[in-house]
Amino acid sequence: MTVADYAFYAFAVVTVVAGMLVTISKNPVHSVLWLILTFLSAAGLFVLLGAEFVAMLLIIVYVGAVAVLFLFVVMMLDIDFAELKGEMSKYMPLALLVGVIILMQLVLGVGAWVQADGAMGLRTSLTPDPAQVENTKALGLLIYDKYVLLFQLAGLILLVAMIGAIVLTLRHRKDVKRQNVLQQMWRDPAKAMELMDVKPGQGL
Amino acid sequence: MSGVDLPILLPEIILALYAMAALLIAVYGGKDKLAGVLTWTTAILFVALAGVVATRNGVGSIAYDGLFIDDAFARFAKVVILVSAAGVLIMGHDHAVRRGLGHFEYPILATLAVIGMMVMVSSGDLMTLYMGLELQSLALYVMTAIRRDNLKSTEAGLKYFVLGALSSGLLLYGASLVYGYAGTTLYSGILSTLGGEVPLGLLFGLVFVLAGMAFKVSAAPFHMWTPDVYEGAPTPVTAFLATAPKVAAMALIARVAQDAFGAIPGDWGQVLAAFAVVSMFWGAIAAIGQTDIKRLMAYSSIAHMGFALVGLASGTVGGVQAMLIYMAIYVTMNLGTFAFILSMERDGQPVTDIASLNMFSKTAPLKALALLVLLFSLAGVPPMLGFFGKYYVLKAAVDGGMVWLAIAGAVASVIGAYYYLRVVFFMYFGSQVAKLDSRMSSVQWVMLVAVAVIMLIGVVNLFGIEAPAMAAAEALLG
Repeated sequence: MTVADYAFYAFAVVTVVAGMLVTISKNPVHSVLWLILTFLSAAGLFVLLGAEFVAMLLIIVYVGAVAVLFLFVVMMLDIDFAELKGEMSKYMPLALLVGVIILMQLVLGVGAWVQADGAMGLRTSLTPDPAQVENTKALGLLIYDKYVLLFQLAGLILLVAMIGAIVLTLRHRKDVKRQNVLQQMWRDPAKAMELMDVKPGQGL
Repeated sequence: MSGVDLPILLPEIILALYAMAALLIAVYGGKDKLAGVLTWTTAILFVALAGVVATRNGVGSIAYDGLFIDDAFARFAKVVILVSAAGVLIMGHDHAVRRGLGHFEYPILATLAVIGMMVMVSSGDLMTLYMGLELQSLALYVMTAIRRDNLKSTEAGLKYFVLGALSSGLLLYGASLVYGYAGTTLYSGILSTLGGEVPLGLLFGLVFVLAGMAFKVSAAPFHMWTPDVYEGAPTPVTAFLATAPKVAAMALIARVAQDAFGAIPGDWGQVLAAFAVVSMFWGAIAAIGQTDIKRLMAYSSIAHMGFALVGLASGTVGGVQAMLIYMAIYVTMNLGTFAFILSMERDGQPVTDIASLNMFSKTAPLKALALLVLLFSLAGVPPMLGFFGKYYVLKAAVDGGMVWLAIAGAVASVIGAYYYLRVVFFMYFGSQVAKLDSRMSSVQWVMLVAVAVIMLIGVVNLFGIEAPAMAAAEALLG
């Protein structure tokens, strides 16, 4: 085994274990922290594959932005996770059984996995030779040229997500007093104020 | 990428640009005041594009190195999708406005969903498939939950979203196994690597992909979400869910099965046949106890998807043709039926209770008669068009050597006839209860009566739908 192999197993084991801990840790904040560890070790796997750019993206975007956002959301949500977990433990035996069966089936499926004869050729024919092109450029060639259709469709999906988030959550409240700058500027002091001459001893 | 590819995608590009322009105009224009105008322009655009798609030349064209295929099969499905989506939009608008659901986002989301469906039926690659599927599904999740102040609508949206995400996961897992075997996600590439014995790993992938797609057509045993979502979603959305997305997902199954796995028809044929049998029987039997007409339509759609799958399972040109004809008829029937369901109300409140239809024939004889024709057609009673849809798929099964499947279909359709006829019984011979109002907008009335008339006179020559369906099926298998 080479160093790269050791590194692969180290990262792979950490990814799987941390991934599992995301789902089973009691405290949601810990879950997010485990998620960050999962992302980091996945980034390590990408580096081993020679995809440094994707690895850096994973760290900057997912660890740097998404996970931190998650952390905020989890801290702001007022949900009693302990209670949810308690509810869940009722179904635990059944869930475990189903989970184990699925796992065994997947092992069977993956164990019986073979490649078609021409598969390796088809795999490499899509991507430019990594020795010739640095991987940022290779990614660009695929995303913005060959797969531009998919890229644009992904954009449309995000548009739907944006519209959806606004439709489902935005409420136009009528009882909130909003500041209208123009209205303020157009106020005429002569009309807004009235000077009264109040005589002593008399009210208005 | 080259300029040659763009004209092939023209209908989708026009729709996408329209959706974005409409969004901008509506946000800065009149917001929900524009909902009516937007609904109508969207519907008109859909119909116009259906015309454009239908008159395109017969040769199939491939864009982006096979990612996107525009052939006669895709065109047939797209025309059905566009026309049915237009119909659902205009007939649901009146209902939506009266329930305070006249959001301008609704037609825009429908447009985006339709783009997704068009991409699905034109997909030539597992990645395009997934993109189309997600675009469609995500828009549908939002539309389902659009009545956000209503607990049932929110619950339906959430349920649909969670289960939809699960099914996407299944589909993606299957796709990764298929990619692992074939080394490519292109359908044509996958087809080229098949041959001889099918390894277990690939079979796993195939089954997962089929399961993920069966969820989208709500074929049993992946149907659990359907009744709850149909019941909880606002009725215009239910009508939308029951029509265009079903066509798209069914066409997608046909596309993947034939284009990517055409060399091993026996392997997916048996999976589809199993889905078909379970769906037909479960749809027929579980619907018997329903008291809510939207839930009834959900089970009805499960059973109908079973019949359409019978056509696909046979794996022949005739089978695909039968499936296309069946879906076109199914969508038409549903348009008419939902036009009526949208109009059901009592004291200004919408009702979906089947019992409220008691003695409806006394209140509105013409509407009751139209509904009777539709229900008979849904049940597959001979003189109506629905019978011919069933006849075609069962005949395709027999021709494909699956006599047992055809017999199962016939038995299931007899069982299923019971609950449609029960509704008819209520309408004509039920006991008198509080009267049901059927306040119809003129669009809904026209839709209901027109569809009922189509169900009767379509018997003459099926409006010549056989020839284009045949051309579409040949384009897919050829």
